[in-house]
Amino acid sequence: MTSPESSSRQLILARIAAALGRDAAAAASVAPADYAALPRDYHAATADQPAQRIQRFLDRLHEYNAECTRVGSASEIAPAIAATLTARSQSPHAEVPLASAALAVASGIPPAWLPAGFDFPLADPLTLAELDRQPGILTTCTVAIAETGSLVLQSAPSQGLRRHTLVPDFHLCVVFESQLVSTVPEAFARLDPDLPTTFISGPSATADIEMTRIKGVHGPRSLYVLLVAD
Amino acid sequence: MTRETQPSQQNQHWNRRDFPEAARQALAAQPAADAPFEHSQTRRNVRHATDVIQAKRNAVTAELPDWQALRRAGAAIRAHTLEHLDHYLLEFEANCTRRGGRVHWAADEAEARRLVLEILAPHAPREVIKIKTMTSEEIHLNACLEEHGIHPIETDLAELIVQLGGDRPSHFVAPALHISRGQVRDLFARAMRQPDLTDSPDDLVAAARSYLRQKFLTTPVAISGANFLLADTGGVCIVESEGNGRMCLTLPDVLISIVGIEKVLPRFQDLEVFLQTLPRSATGERMNPYNSIWSGTPTGDGPREFHVILLDNGRSPILADEESRQTLRCIRCAACLNACPVYHQTGGHAYESVYAGPIGAILTPQLHSMHAAQSLPYASSLCGACYEVCPVEINIPEVLIHLRSQVVQQQQSTLTGSLGLWNLAMQSAAFLMRDSHRLPAAVHLAQRLQSPLVSRNGFIEWLPGPLSGWTKTRDLPALPAESFRDWWQRTHAQKSAPEPNPKPNPESAS
Repeated sequence: MTSPESSSRQLILARIAAALGRDAAAAASVAPADYAALPRDYHAATADQPAQRIQRFLDRLHEYNAECTRVGSASEIAPAIAATLTARSQSPHAEVPLASAALAVASGIPPAWLPAGFDFPLADPLTLAELDRQPGILTTCTVAIAETGSLVLQSAPSQGLRRHTLVPDFHLCVVFESQLVSTVPEAFARLDPDLPTTFISGPSATADIEMTRIKGVHGPRSLYVLLVAD
Repeated sequence: MTRETQPSQQNQHWNRRDFPEAARQALAAQPAADAPFEHSQTRRNVRHATDVIQAKRNAVTAELPDWQALRRAGAAIRAHTLEHLDHYLLEFEANCTRRGGRVHWAADEAEARRLVLEILAPHAPREVIKIKTMTSEEIHLNACLEEHGIHPIETDLAELIVQLGGDRPSHFVAPALHISRGQVRDLFARAMRQPDLTDSPDDLVAAARSYLRQKFLTTPVAISGANFLLADTGGVCIVESEGNGRMCLTLPDVLISIVGIEKVLPRFQDLEVFLQTLPRSATGERMNPYNSIWSGTPTGDGPREFHVILLDNGRSPILADEESRQTLRCIRCAACLNACPVYHQTGGHAYESVYAGPIGAILTPQLHSMHAAQSLPYASSLCGACYEVCPVEINIPEVLIHLRSQVVQQQQSTLTGSLGLWNLAMQSAAFLMRDSHRLPAAVHLAQRLQSPLVSRNGFIEWLPGPLSGWTKTRDLPALPAESFRDWWQRTHAQKSAPEPNPKPNPESAS
């Protein structure tokens, strides 16, 4: 252990132990017992009704300039996606009007969700340059949070790789009502700590110029949520 | 051990001047010759920006019924982590390594720079993309990279504005809050060769998007900081708005994260507290657009090579002082900057430090073992607004006073300091005020001696020697013929019980 790097490691650990006034090796190896006793009297959950929770989620998405459509069952997903893509391709403001008739899809998306008449290339095999040319991406999420209007995506086949929901300019996310929780702590209870995780709250934005929130910097400029009753 | 000595570059950019001098310059009508922007405009921008963030922050913290419980939990988790910092760093190292990350330890800024260069060497990049990182500012990484022929590209919009303007960040959440959109337009139009650019924020953002897109897709190496390290998973959490962070974290082949050793949290689940308090405190949002959490090198998803540089650089000694250790709880939300009446007036540059505002006033001198930035603990009115808004309950006023006493003790320990006019005056004042007989006697003496100096209007317009500094710019009211104590004695003496006479403390009678 003579490389400068490892000696810095020892030096820093020794400095910390000395500053904390105890023996380096012994203290560092013992798991701190008092962690369990830390005060956590914040609200883990709220007693809201599902209707309230959904309304709050919709309000938050609206504030972020994200769009949302509600459908009554999984069988209505395909028609809703068709309607969205048609509307986007016909919108006078669409950045890439004709190409919007296509949407890259994460690998685990059920084929039954994909309406006929549109192009749905699989996202996984796309190179970065190809991904950059895709007008949009379709995924699901692990959990959504009403209080903060957040979608949480983890590494799962239907949720895509992290770059898939980043590089294309349009992200369409299917959220089931059973995935919607009220608070941030409730969401954490449903997450797998070992998976890469991305919280998405509205389209990419900045307030760096005169504190004005401006939608769409480097991430997707449009975020579209399809909320499905289940 | 050459590593123990502070590198010489340390003070080239920062801590050159005392706070009062730097603040006077920041507030002066005429900017210094090297200042990139006009001062009155800068001050308007700072005031506007801090007012806006502060109002949003107040609204979104007030709506949470459990806000104080979240602050308490956040403070307790951070305090607990610091008490067991070595344990949690080792746990982080083991878990990050197990998942394919490489952990390096940097005792000081020179070693951190050397580690970055060593990691970069086999990739020989001409450019690297960067996410806004305070540790990179702290170790002066950009200048070092440029010296070695590597161009760092700041991808955070505000950092890009600061970089293109040849300026310094003035706030560690919104580094360009002192710059208006008209000024941004001029910078972008020049740097991106777009003379027709308008100053609408939408256009400016679109210009930044297209300017950086190819850089994101093709640059092989990214450098970041981190908001949190997670001991139990070896995870890293980065909180951002624009998506530039996600680009840097997921697209390049190599990612280097430079992180202060104090940034670790025990468990993944602890984020449920900080992902509530940090966004609301920092930008006044319920949640910022993007949070990324990952550990090591997940297969096929993100960089193939991931390095974490754990940076000490003056942090570990701060743990030794139980009163000021709380400084290291900081999660860099900058709410204390926005709330501070001093920062509100001076902006960030007056602090001459990477870390500005109230937290900078306590962190910066301690990072230098109290041997630099000694005027910063005085850059406060001690009003307590910073403590009130702090999401991890750092009692900044308490630490400020604690550090002031350290500065004084340090000055008293030198010959010039102990014989200095300031120390002698303070010692004399302490001697007089410590005893209920000495003070009235001194007042009576002064009442007699002042008469040659009092002008006809009852003011003293000139004082001799070192006291002349006061009367140069203002008049001093003369002492009245009867002092308050004498008046009280004359009118109330019989009614009230005799005042207990506190014994002078024999130890400190100097």
